[in-house]
Amino acid sequence: MANLIKIAGRNLFRYKRRTLLTLSLIVIGVLFVTGFMAITGSFKGMMIGQITDSFVGHMQIHRKGYLAAIDSLPLTMNLKPGAVRKVEAVLKKMPEIEAWSPRIKFGGMFSNFTETTNIRLNGVDPELEAKTVPLLLSRVLEGDKALKKGEIFVPELLAKGMKVKVGDMVVVIATNRDGSVNGKQLKVGAILESATGPGGRDGYVHMADAVEILRMDQPEISEIAVRLKDFGALHQVFAVLAGKLSGELNKQGRPIFDVQTWEKLSPFYNIARMIDMMTLFVKIMLVAIVLISIMNVMIMAVYERVREIGTIAAIGTLPRKILAMFLLEGLLMGTIGAIIGSILSGVTIYALHAARLSFDFGRQTGLILSPTIDPMALMTISGIVIGVSILASLQPALKAARMDPIQALGHV
Amino acid sequence: MSLIVAEDIIKEYHVGEVTIEALRGLSFEIEPSSFVSFVGPSGSGKTTLLNLIGCLDKPSGGRLFVAGMDVSGLGKTDAAVFRGTHIGFIFQSFNLIPILTAYENVEYPLIVVQNIPSTRRRKQVEELLAAVGMSDQQNKRPDQMSGGQKQRVAIARALVTHPDLVLADEPTANLDHDTAMSILRLMKKIRDELETTFVFSTHDNRIIGEAEVIFRIEDGVLKTNGKNGGHGNG
Repeated sequence: MANLIKIAGRNLFRYKRRTLLTLSLIVIGVLFVTGFMAITGSFKGMMIGQITDSFVGHMQIHRKGYLAAIDSLPLTMNLKPGAVRKVEAVLKKMPEIEAWSPRIKFGGMFSNFTETTNIRLNGVDPELEAKTVPLLLSRVLEGDKALKKGEIFVPELLAKGMKVKVGDMVVVIATNRDGSVNGKQLKVGAILESATGPGGRDGYVHMADAVEILRMDQPEISEIAVRLKDFGALHQVFAVLAGKLSGELNKQGRPIFDVQTWEKLSPFYNIARMIDMMTLFVKIMLVAIVLISIMNVMIMAVYERVREIGTIAAIGTLPRKILAMFLLEGLLMGTIGAIIGSILSGVTIYALHAARLSFDFGRQTGLILSPTIDPMALMTISGIVIGVSILASLQPALKAARMDPIQALGHV
Repeated sequence: MSLIVAEDIIKEYHVGEVTIEALRGLSFEIEPSSFVSFVGPSGSGKTTLLNLIGCLDKPSGGRLFVAGMDVSGLGKTDAAVFRGTHIGFIFQSFNLIPILTAYENVEYPLIVVQNIPSTRRRKQVEELLAAVGMSDQQNKRPDQMSGGQKQRVAIARALVTHPDLVLADEPTANLDHDTAMSILRLMKKIRDELETTFVFSTHDNRIIGEAEVIFRIEDGVLKTNGKNGGHGNG
């Protein structure tokens, strides 16, 4: 076998320029695909992290039907304390859950005593919210990060528009469940940076203040945001949790709860899917590059060596061995290309990581690009290249193996 | 027992609706260790006959026995196996593999055809290179060798698998007269040493005299045979 590999190697480098050109195409292809995967993967991971960790959470639990009406934030579809206790009992028993935070979401009027505008608010337990969406506090641009009773965290754009600063007094007025209106004077505790996606421009008040404004006897919860210990296990945990809560039925025999992952809650998921699609297309391009370039080289190799094939067939080389010899040439070229491409990819991605390049996304600026590539992904790309190389060599190799020795020997 | 027995060999080619009779009922026998030449003008059927004996092609009619086996109906793979075991080839244009050295060219059939272990390979290759006088040129590639040297290497390659028979189609056609004579004498010397049967074709009258048995072919028919004991009846 070692001799056959040696011969295959020499045959490849018989036409150095052509082989090097083809190899460089494969290397550039591998480099491009892995680089693209690393950069888009970094961007995707960062954006998903931003969305899940700063306001959405990994999963959310609502009353069934709430999500369809979420634009109007209907208080009538909130979860009663008994239902919340049932959910919390289930969550407590699941070791995969790191934290959860019940929220009262409501719309209201925000007044600085001279002007009034709309605002969407979350009434939260600050401690539970910080555990569930740990990046929320990093969005605090000004003011104290601890949300206290009687305070409001105002979204950045609204604060600018209404010209309010930390420490200013404002009034929040909201329509209660029974249709009456109630208001409360609150102090601006902090200005919050906007985040991309729905809920990224909401304000925050303490749960007790929300209960007071909405004149609730007990907190009635709009949603429960859930954080997992391992984000990678999202779909497994989701299936388990959804399964456990699906058993809870209302008087009409319909499920009470609706569990959703962040994917159903944020439009960024569609961008993430688009990135995955683009990655797939880039991979298909790599396959095409390898397939066409290796096939071209191997077709030329067979065409240029017809007499030689005739000679080796005449001296008794079995057709299957001739097939193997040409497949080996393609395999060798693919393997060399994949190895060099993988090494260069590793070095390039490491360099990009070390360079700490920053980029802006929407209103978020200075995001640091941290491209990384999973060794498994690198091996998969290499495997694809090697597999396609063999595939590309198959037709020329079959042609060589099936060649009639007499015709081949007579080829000029 | 004869090494080659041809019984009424016919070879026809079909070009469109036209049938060309390349060989028309040839019968002959060739004894082991003989030094045989098929002689005739271009297009007389020499190469066709050598292709049949070499199991590169099948006769359209008649029977052909080589080394005791009826090779008339061998399939592609069986024919390849038979060639690799019993037959060596020498070509007019030498047909050495350009990326390999003289040593590697001779070694090639042992690796690819016979799967001989490396220690045995080395011994066999060195013996053959010494026999053809190319030991000191063994690291040269074909483009660094003269025509005569290339043909010597080709002879060594043909013999390295210890075949019963070596077929050479116009082995001296691309060589000058002196080199051609030296190649034929080398082939004869090796025949004497290894007792391998050599069958070659030529239309060069200057070297015909070196053959011990001569079969003359014209228009696919065996006209005359043997100056030293050939047994043709064509």
